[in-house]
Amino acid sequence: MKHLLSIADLSRAELDELLDLAASFLSVTQRETPKVPALRGRTVVSLFFEDSTRTRLSFETAAKRLSADVMVFSVATSSVKKGEGLRDTVATIAAMGIDAVVVRHAAAGAPHRIAEWIDASIVNAGDGRHQHPTQALLDTFTITQHRGRDLSGMRVAIVGDVRNSRVARSDVQALSMLGAEVTLVAPPTLLPETLEGWPCTSAVDLDPLLPDLDAVMLLRIQHERDASTRFPSLREYTARYGLTEDRARRLRPDALIMHPGPMNRGVEIAAAVADGPQSVIGEQVTNGVAARMAVLWKLLGAGGDVV
Amino acid sequence: MSEYVIRGGEVIDASGRRAADVLVRDGSVVEVGTALDAPEVLDAVGAIVTPGFVDLHTHLREPGDEDAETIETGSRAAALGGYTAVVAMPNTRPPLDDPTVVRAVLAIGAEALCEVVSSGCITVGRAGEALAPMGELHRLGVRVFTDDGSCVMSAGLMRRALEYSLCLPGSVVAQHAEDDSMCAGGSMHEGAVSSRLGIPGRPGEAEAIIVARDIRLAALTAAHVHFLHLSTAASVDLVRAAKRDGVRVTCEVAPHHFTLTDEACASFDPAFKVHPPLRSAADVEAVRAGLADGTIDAIATDHAPHTPETKERPFEEAPPGMLGLETAAALTLTELVEPGIITLEQALAALSWNPARIAGVDDRHGRVVAPGAPANLCVLDPSATWTVDPGALASRARNTPYAGRTLRGRIRHTVLRGERVVLDGRATR
Amino acid sequence: MAESRRDAGRATSEHEHATPASGGRSVSGSGDRMVLRTTVFSADDLRRAHTRIAHEIVERNRGAAEVVLVGLHSRGPAIAARLATAISGFEGAQVPVGTLDVTFHRDDVGLRPLHPAGPTAVPVDVTGRVVVLVDDVLFTGRTIRAAMDAITELGRPRAIQLAVLVDRGGRELPIRADFVGRNLPTRLAEDVRVRLVETDDVPEDTIELWGPEGSGEEADA
Repeated sequence: MKHLLSIADLSRAELDELLDLAASFLSVTQRETPKVPALRGRTVVSLFFEDSTRTRLSFETAAKRLSADVMVFSVATSSVKKGEGLRDTVATIAAMGIDAVVVRHAAAGAPHRIAEWIDASIVNAGDGRHQHPTQALLDTFTITQHRGRDLSGMRVAIVGDVRNSRVARSDVQALSMLGAEVTLVAPPTLLPETLEGWPCTSAVDLDPLLPDLDAVMLLRIQHERDASTRFPSLREYTARYGLTEDRARRLRPDALIMHPGPMNRGVEIAAAVADGPQSVIGEQVTNGVAARMAVLWKLLGAGGDVV
Repeated sequence: MSEYVIRGGEVIDASGRRAADVLVRDGSVVEVGTALDAPEVLDAVGAIVTPGFVDLHTHLREPGDEDAETIETGSRAAALGGYTAVVAMPNTRPPLDDPTVVRAVLAIGAEALCEVVSSGCITVGRAGEALAPMGELHRLGVRVFTDDGSCVMSAGLMRRALEYSLCLPGSVVAQHAEDDSMCAGGSMHEGAVSSRLGIPGRPGEAEAIIVARDIRLAALTAAHVHFLHLSTAASVDLVRAAKRDGVRVTCEVAPHHFTLTDEACASFDPAFKVHPPLRSAADVEAVRAGLADGTIDAIATDHAPHTPETKERPFEEAPPGMLGLETAAALTLTELVEPGIITLEQALAALSWNPARIAGVDDRHGRVVAPGAPANLCVLDPSATWTVDPGALASRARNTPYAGRTLRGRIRHTVLRGERVVLDGRATR
Repeated sequence: MAESRRDAGRATSEHEHATPASGGRSVSGSGDRMVLRTTVFSADDLRRAHTRIAHEIVERNRGAAEVVLVGLHSRGPAIAARLATAISGFEGAQVPVGTLDVTFHRDDVGLRPLHPAGPTAVPVDVTGRVVVLVDDVLFTGRTIRAAMDAITELGRPRAIQLAVLVDRGGRELPIRADFVGRNLPTRLAEDVRVRLVETDDVPEDTIELWGPEGSGEEADA
């Protein structure tokens, strides 16, 4: 496996392997010295064209825990803002001899282009609305930590702006690969344009689903200036789709409450619910480092075809 | 006195087919018959001799974007593709909404390797608000009016343009049919593929809605409306019904819309990004059927050069458009004629005499090959195979989606007003 | 046909994807058929060896109080468990047993396919204790080097000792075993095949020496 660009590229065996590795690395991160020398001497560049402190830090922590060297390419101060093309930017980095590039970009397929131009392993940290594979890995890992690897028959709801969500696209693929039954829940204007090819169902009402869910994943909802064409207001959204305390009470006590972060407390999830006993949001963050260590290890350390 | 004979080929034009030699002198066809002779010979053995092709839809990029293409390089690409005339689209910088700019384009075009016919904007600046000086442009020879690149969104304004065109003989108002309010932000066809890839889509309905609207406007005004680059089954059905009802409507299709589907975008390669976008397999079938039954009048390339830097951007950020002049005829032969979807005569009609009529240049292009006709001809070898190499194309740009494809059908010679601009597959200047 | 045996590809240890039954990696990639040369340990021999090694550990460390046995995957944990059972039998002391995976500390990361072979789980704090690493076969010493790195990340042992069933020679690092079942000088082309009932789905333990057919030489017994 040279790159991780999309969950759709993974076989079941590869997904299982990454989840196994995540478990190994989770135990590494829980030790007093949460570090292994496995990727010593390797260089990982973090190339974030879209702002995201949390994901960037998570990747950097993962790389450092593997003893790799980390370089951070900060777009705000970079020549990209001065109009340098993506290809030139990437070439500059490649000329410094790097092993892996972790890329986040506002346009779908940007990591795919980069993979064509340079020799390093590319990890997609989010490309437009397309995919966010490591998020799906840490989400499925979190669920499997509670429920075991086989998710057959498990009911998971993903609630929010699914149409524009790369997290949703990745999660649906990963969860269904493990056998879960996924339902997307959103107002019709925020569901995918067509469900053809999506291994899941959809619903426009959250309430009837609550009692049967094994896990509910909330997506961040935003209301930019032009979003009034997609749904009328955040208030209306919260009323129909927010995981309020009242709705959380109607979940089964063992149902998992998840959110990829950052949260809009009071909008898609009530503050008390986010901090409540069923919330595994904190675990998701912890697992994020382990899952990203698993990916970096798999791409740079575990392969046999690198030399 | 320049005299030569095009010998040994099969002449095909609107009047039919016959094995014949064609004698050309001083820019005109002087004789068509057997066993003709002249001091110089253009070999047409095994090839078809046909009136040169006319492209209703070419982006020559000059003035303003000469990095991507110039009138000269674009015309060379056209000649190599068998075209003796192209209609230059008006989304140049500055746009073709002003007589000075049009005059400049025509002057440069006078030296080109094909005839450069200028289109003119419908609205000032292509902004969709105020009518451009259509009359002044018409006096300079402009017949095709379009805001191509942009859709005229206001029904009221489109109606006025159609009405006004009635006083400009031979004029046609050509629409880029894509409702902006539905497509804004979209980069590819809205459907299962775009949904999977997470790329905002441009729905097929956005085209059908404008086509339906403008057909009714054409009926209302009795003017001639032409639809550029038709791409959906729904649009083809609408035009078919409108023609049956006697509305003055014509339309064209681009080769990429009868050869590629939206699945090609799954590679995220912007070589496959175009407006209107590559559509579903059902749409591709429908436009092919539209060519077969005559609903679609012409094949037009929508030749849209872009510099490599711009096409190297991520898919959503790259500009839309593909090259087309040098591959159109070969794609038509390989993907439509060879599998029997259309006949060779239909193909040549769609490439040559139908667009010539729509563009109003049928007095000199697309004519029956007979004594007295201006010598605007091409010799097409229908069995020669070649592989598309972006670096070897005459266009300044490289953005063809067919890189590496092997096609059947190659232009051997092209003759413009008698001048031999392409000989043995190579431009002479 | 002798090929270069010293290429980077085989830099590390006995524990990667060699034939599952072998405790030592086979480098006879020339494709020779392998035949049995000698049985190094029968089941009874192994039982006695475990008993002896268990006694030696306790003797050397003047009791079992500070000892923790750490088995290196994939056969080390089973051997360590047997040693702990033996020690509890004659000494009455329960020696803690841990397991260690060295995949992330290897020196050939990126040169060959690697997968963690099992969890690292040591039930006690190693700081101040005597860690006895337990493995089936000692060969180049690179696995033990990685194991020492991994252990020192868990704490600061008072000492690290090494117990192996077979020392087959061929060291590439200055590492030696403290407790050895049997010294068995071998050739690179030969294979030490370990089969234990806990890990290899066999009815009886054996350790055998295999070599390429036709070279006609017996290993030194």
